[in-house]
Amino acid sequence: MSRYLEIYWMMIRNSLIREMSFKANFLLWIVVEFLWFVGQVVFLEVIYGQVNNVAGWSKWECVLLIGTHQITSQIFQAFFYVNLAELPELVRTGRLDLMLLLPVDAQFAVSTRKFGMDNIINVLVGVAVVVFCLAQLHVVPTAMHVFLYLVAIGFGVAIHYAVLFGLATASFWIVRAQGLIYGYFNIFNIARIPESVFPYSLFKIIFTYFLPVIIVANVPAITLARSFQSPWAGLAQLAIGTVFIVAATRVFWRFALRRYSSASS
Amino acid sequence: MTLAKYIKVFDIGLQNTFVYRWNFLLLSIFGSAPLVGAIFFWQAIFRSKVSVINGYYYSSMIFYFMITVFLENLITPTEDEWQIAGEIRDGRISSYLTKPMSYLGYRIVLFLSYRLLYIAVVLIPIIVLAWLLRDHLRMPEHAITWLAFAASTAMAAFLQFFIAYALAMIAFWVLEISTIIFILYSFEFFLSGHVFPLDIMPAWLQGFIRWSPFTYELFFPAQVFMERVQGAALVQGLLIEAGWLLLAWLAARILWSRGLKKYQAVGG
Repeated sequence: MSRYLEIYWMMIRNSLIREMSFKANFLLWIVVEFLWFVGQVVFLEVIYGQVNNVAGWSKWECVLLIGTHQITSQIFQAFFYVNLAELPELVRTGRLDLMLLLPVDAQFAVSTRKFGMDNIINVLVGVAVVVFCLAQLHVVPTAMHVFLYLVAIGFGVAIHYAVLFGLATASFWIVRAQGLIYGYFNIFNIARIPESVFPYSLFKIIFTYFLPVIIVANVPAITLARSFQSPWAGLAQLAIGTVFIVAATRVFWRFALRRYSSASS
Repeated sequence: MTLAKYIKVFDIGLQNTFVYRWNFLLLSIFGSAPLVGAIFFWQAIFRSKVSVINGYYYSSMIFYFMITVFLENLITPTEDEWQIAGEIRDGRISSYLTKPMSYLGYRIVLFLSYRLLYIAVVLIPIIVLAWLLRDHLRMPEHAITWLAFAASTAMAAFLQFFIAYALAMIAFWVLEISTIIFILYSFEFFLSGHVFPLDIMPAWLQGFIRWSPFTYELFFPAQVFMERVQGAALVQGLLIEAGWLLLAWLAARILWSRGLKKYQAVGG
């Protein structure tokens, strides 16, 4: 375990050095994320200019949900996104061979090569938004709720990871899988929608337990913003969903590796 | 003779894309989930208040999203800008320079073949969706609307393509253009009407919306089909759209010739 930590620390250091050599790009990325965020808030302003609540959610609860999604997705992107997004290319060109030869677990090797520093700044923006929303809602969470919130975010990061990892793994069969990366962004649009909007349906079951994008940001947001509610049912759902998808994509990856035949060699 | 070679490119484009048909299928499945999410979201909004928001009833909102999803699949370039930028960066455009056709013409034909095949693949899920939501669909009442819709959609397709193409030309100067592409995406995402119809925005923004090029990428053709814009406003909209199309085309041409002067053919 400590060996893995050590390797990981080296990877992070390398990434930092690499990124600092493209400073303009680094700043631009922060601008991009900021624009997205502003766009979403403007959208909510428009909606809540018309109605007081959407399926029981007030405006600031909705913004808090978006902030929570921002924190989760940006932590995920900082640690894993670039690596997973490059997996299809590694498979297509056969450079994956190199990863498989390393004396560490192959999934670890392909998931942890690069680290996105700019995303960490976006995480901080998300944190600021969530704190601001709590003030607007006049909610002061206890230490316990903050702790549970962080645990839920941890599950959330694992879900983001597993979904993109599963999609990227499909590239063993589907050449040129860039489209699949769009699939990741598409599917996580659902995460920013209040959970109570979805009526009980097959759609809700699938996207709660099997591909848990409905609860990925909703459970932590509810845990923090509605401290009067018992958080345990939601957290249990989130835990089940996380374990299922992480395990399923791991199995899928092992299966894909077995039929990997490299390229041009 | 000139036409024959472009038909050949079209054919190659079709075949290249057909290799990736599974991509399309997965993409359409993953692409339709957020639409379902959006429908539930608007349902909740309309349930919690009035029946009409800035001139949109629940039905017309759903109809609006159906049209934009169809338009996006039909006309939005998916990978063209990445491919063009990649070909410039890796020096692969050198081989096109020697061919007896313009690179722009070549890319346009490829774009058309991609879109044709793409819409053919995703037509099945779209039809299923349209059938499920059939109560909300409303065909245009005036025959002229079909003509205006066809014109505005065709212009929107080329507007989007030329913007993507012009943007990819930046690869002549800058090595890594994905950031710039994503900045454009984030503007397009909100300002083209992908997330919500632009006319529910406050009145003081409507002037900007009328003159913004992004409006004409999706929102305007959808408005035309829904017959929410008619008469003089329709003519004005089509003219503004044509103006932006012309500007985007000029930008694409100018950036190409400027870039080519700077081009060094990496590795070639």
